[in-house]
Amino acid sequence: MEFLDPGSTLADDRPAEAAAPAEAREHLVVIGNGMAGCRAVEELLARDGTRFRVTIFGAEPQVNYNRIMLSPVLAGEKTFEEIVINDHAWYARHGIELVAGDPVVAIDRAARTITARSGRTTGYDKLLIATGSDPFIIPVPGHDLPGVISFRDMADVEAMLAAAFDGGNAVVIGGGLLGLEAAHGLTLRGMKVTVLHLMPTLMERQLDEAAGWLLKSALEARGQTILTGADTAAILGDGKVEGVQLKDGRVIPAKLVVMAVGIRPSVKLAREAGLAVGRGIQVDDHMVTSDANVLAVGECVEHDGQCYGLVAPLWDMCRSLADGLVARANPYRGSVTSTKLKVAGLDVFSAGDFSGGEGCEDIVLRDSARGVYKRVVLKEDRIIGAVLFGDTGDGGWYFDLLKKGEDVAPIRDVLIYGQTFASGGGLADPKATVAALSDDTEICGCNGVSKGQVVATINGGACSLDAVRAGCKASASCGSCTGIVESLLALTLGEDGMQAGPKTMCKCTSYGHDEMRRAIVEQGMRAIPEVMQRLHWSTPDGCSSCRPALNYYLLCAWPGDYVDDQQSRFVNERLHANIQKDGTYSVVPRMWGGVTTPQELRAIADVVEKYNAPMVKVTGGQRLDIFGIRKEDLTAVWADLNAAGMVSGHAYAKALRTVKTCVGSEWCRFGTQDSTGLGIKLERGFWGSWMPHKFKMAVSGCPRNCAEATIKDFGVICVDSGYELHVGGNGGIHVRATDLLVKVTTEAEAMHYAAAFVQLYREEARYLERTAPWIERVGLAYLKARVVEDEAGRDALAARFWHSQSFSQDDPWAERVAGADASLHQPLLAAAE
Amino acid sequence: MTDWIDIGTLADLPLRGSRTLTLAGEPVAVFRTHDNQVFALIDRCPHKGGPLSAGIVHGHAVSCPLHNLRISLATGTALGEDAGCTPVVPVLLAGERILLARPVRAAA
Ligand SMILES: Cc1cc2nc3c(=O)[nH]c(=O)nc-3n(C[C@H](O)[C@H](O)[C@H](O)COP(=O)(O)OP(=O)(O)OC[C@H]3O[C@@H](n4cnc5c(N)ncnc54)[C@H](O)[C@@H]3O)c2cc1C
Ligand code: HEM
Ligand code: SF4
Ligand code: FES
Repeated sequence: MEFLDPGSTLADDRPAEAAAPAEAREHLVVIGNGMAGCRAVEELLARDGTRFRVTIFGAEPQVNYNRIMLSPVLAGEKTFEEIVINDHAWYARHGIELVAGDPVVAIDRAARTITARSGRTTGYDKLLIATGSDPFIIPVPGHDLPGVISFRDMADVEAMLAAAFDGGNAVVIGGGLLGLEAAHGLTLRGMKVTVLHLMPTLMERQLDEAAGWLLKSALEARGQTILTGADTAAILGDGKVEGVQLKDGRVIPAKLVVMAVGIRPSVKLAREAGLAVGRGIQVDDHMVTSDANVLAVGECVEHDGQCYGLVAPLWDMCRSLADGLVARANPYRGSVTSTKLKVAGLDVFSAGDFSGGEGCEDIVLRDSARGVYKRVVLKEDRIIGAVLFGDTGDGGWYFDLLKKGEDVAPIRDVLIYGQTFASGGGLADPKATVAALSDDTEICGCNGVSKGQVVATINGGACSLDAVRAGCKASASCGSCTGIVESLLALTLGEDGMQAGPKTMCKCTSYGHDEMRRAIVEQGMRAIPEVMQRLHWSTPDGCSSCRPALNYYLLCAWPGDYVDDQQSRFVNERLHANIQKDGTYSVVPRMWGGVTTPQELRAIADVVEKYNAPMVKVTGGQRLDIFGIRKEDLTAVWADLNAAGMVSGHAYAKALRTVKTCVGSEWCRFGTQDSTGLGIKLERGFWGSWMPHKFKMAVSGCPRNCAEATIKDFGVICVDSGYELHVGGNGGIHVRATDLLVKVTTEAEAMHYAAAFVQLYREEARYLERTAPWIERVGLAYLKARVVEDEAGRDALAARFWHSQSFSQDDPWAERVAGADASLHQPLLAAAE
Repeated sequence: MTDWIDIGTLADLPLRGSRTLTLAGEPVAVFRTHDNQVFALIDRCPHKGGPLSAGIVHGHAVSCPLHNLRISLATGTALGEDAGCTPVVPVLLAGERILLARPVRAAA
């Protein structure tokens, strides 16, 4: 983006020419040594280096620096020296007098003088006001306590750095561009940051809801706490900030509060001087105010009813201003702006209008696997807005099309895939566009499948979308290339050669599982009734096939956000125990890695006796199962087990069941690694995660494989040189041995691959599909491509897994013991005889 | 004359869910459906006696937790291909209150 690189100076480095003695020149006084003020001077010098003698008054003590780079300075990515635009030598070279640290306090237009705080009065021929904006401070109680700062200038950054020096808690009020950059910087500087945002989604002025939500989860994954819909009531503290209180009563401790809730054009001086002021200082197309000798530029102005808060418009304004001063017509006509968030590794771009509305059309691409969201808004075949998240490479191109108002109808169908793709064809017909692509054009970005490979797969007998997905994996992941694959099918086979789509989920819907999941993510659906409504369910509330599936898909799609629907769960997951044929339940407490203690065994024995459990049995997964517990007694049983430190073993859940281990190198003479220890780590890391089906793990300490790891969903075989990770085993009706996914050398890698594999399974397997049939369906090569060969993809999967885990490891037994859903366990009437 | 017993209010029942009670020695499942209608069945699946109260409630039906038979809440009969029937307990809504008919006993 052009505005990200304003560090280049326009004026060349020639010294001020001595054509006229400096005193004889007209005197231009500039108020404000910021981005617009100095840029205007540069533009002017580039046009006429000798007409004016220039004096610049700046409230800040520094030379002219690049304000937008304050964020990288806060984050420690840049030093102040690196963001200086014009150093002292520049002022000297051009004979500019800089009066830094001495703000102007009054303008006398009749006398044509200004007065600074120091008392110094200076006359002018032309006056340029470039005072920028003032941060808005919400006037809640405590807003003036020491420790409450805004984010506008270098002094603010220095104050934040001083506070961040020894860590602690910080609160940032305001989840806009500035607030998020402040939060990011403070997090990197070691503070624990909570962002309070009044609106339901972040950066709602620049981003739509979906992108705002993606942003929120990405930031949360970086350790920030983000509270949306959070209304600040007061800033607490005695003599200094100690916390922030919300209107709902919550108190968030903080020693630093950064207010970044918005800016107001800085117009006080102009208003007191009697200039025409609306929201900003009113200017004409050459930045002249209501007084012909006074100009204004930058964020402090209002042009044609608009005020701006970004730098790009300033450049345009400065050009028109300088041309106007040298009597060349170049009217400023307003600017369309685009925003980019400068948080390392997070690409967020937004431009124009994306609020939607009459006559607007959306083109949306969501690639959940890569964390990409793109939305382009069209009106009458012209781009009027764009929001990009995760991949902003085409931001400039869209912005360019938007500014030019170009007719995009010819490339409409491929527009969303970006410039490279669209210019590959540029033909009117999308099919012709696809036909025109070369054979090695990549069609499926997720799986790196080229057009040639897709066509070969189709020619090899794949006549349907599903068959293509199974054959070469194109469109099997995020589905964003589905349209192109369908075009290729039609092109290769002719419309008649194509076969119908996949089997539906159940009789309530015409959607299959995969399309359903895609629709949930793409359309951002967040509740079962919403899905049923939007996808035209044929029944009022679904059935016992689709409801549990939807509940899972929503849980997986929106971790931490979706509220589990108890009534859409099978009884075992509703009552956190296994129903038996006589209607009683069996209870399996967790024993991490199959290791137990005398206390645990005693507690189990006590429970068995106290509740007259008819049987206790050692399970195949190295656990003890207590049978014959009545529904009414479950909470009491759990309370006793909780008291001995045991939690739910999830033997009833579509989730991690057990991690079976052998004794490994700790005891066994053959052991090569600490298989028990790794098993415990796996179990501690993975318990509680909901999955499409039950999930079993095992770790064997050597290839003798006593823990039977090769018939588990995820099995580890330890060897001298590391760990073999096996996947997709099953000991059920159809016994299937695992496939070797990869061999790694450290426990940490084993954990990392496990997380990526499990997350891929969670995101892509169909509900009630075990890993074995899933792998048979998608193929081992596909898993390897996603989990082994694609390092960034693997990291992203694992990151999503751990993010989701941060919400799922609450012991459901303890919650029930504490009184949650008590009515589920109790009869309606004690006795209604 | 039917003997009506007050067993509580709608709020005592989970939406799309069920709770149980014992009435004249019989286990009874009381269901509340998506449209806030209330039904009651003897809590015993005609297949192998599974507790219907623990099933998933959808529409005016419940799926048995043991082998997934679908039972109509209004009639107690198995839906679809399956056969079998469990007795229905008549329900009366009096304002917020739910009244159940005491199962009929053999005439004395
Ligand atoms: C942290 C941060 C990040 C940003 N990131 C981006 C970004 O990524 N992209 C983008 O487009 N924009 C960004 N902006 C906005 C951008 O910095 C502003 O749009 C731009 O600086 C406005 O220029 P200006 O000259 O109008 O105001 P300023 O640059 O603020 O300059 C005004 C100057 O006038 C001085 N002044 C005020 N009153 C007086 C007075 N009475 N006497 C003397 N001097 C006075 C002020 O101290 C200030 O130095 C960011 C802003 C901040 C604070
Ligand atoms: C030379 C070959 C083998 C040796 C020396 C050996 C040794 C051992 C030892 C020492 C244990 C005790 C581990 C413990 O206490 O947890 C054990 C357990 C076990 N072994 Fe082996 N074993 C061998 C091969 C096998 C094979 C081929 C199988 C079959 C798959 C097997 C299945 C088991 C099982 C199921 C356990 C119990 C593990 C558990 O659930 O705790 N072993 N073996
Ligand atoms: S798998 Fe190997 S290390 Fe583990 S118990 Fe069996 S023989 Fe010992
Ligand atoms: S007992 Fe109800 S379906 Fe088998």
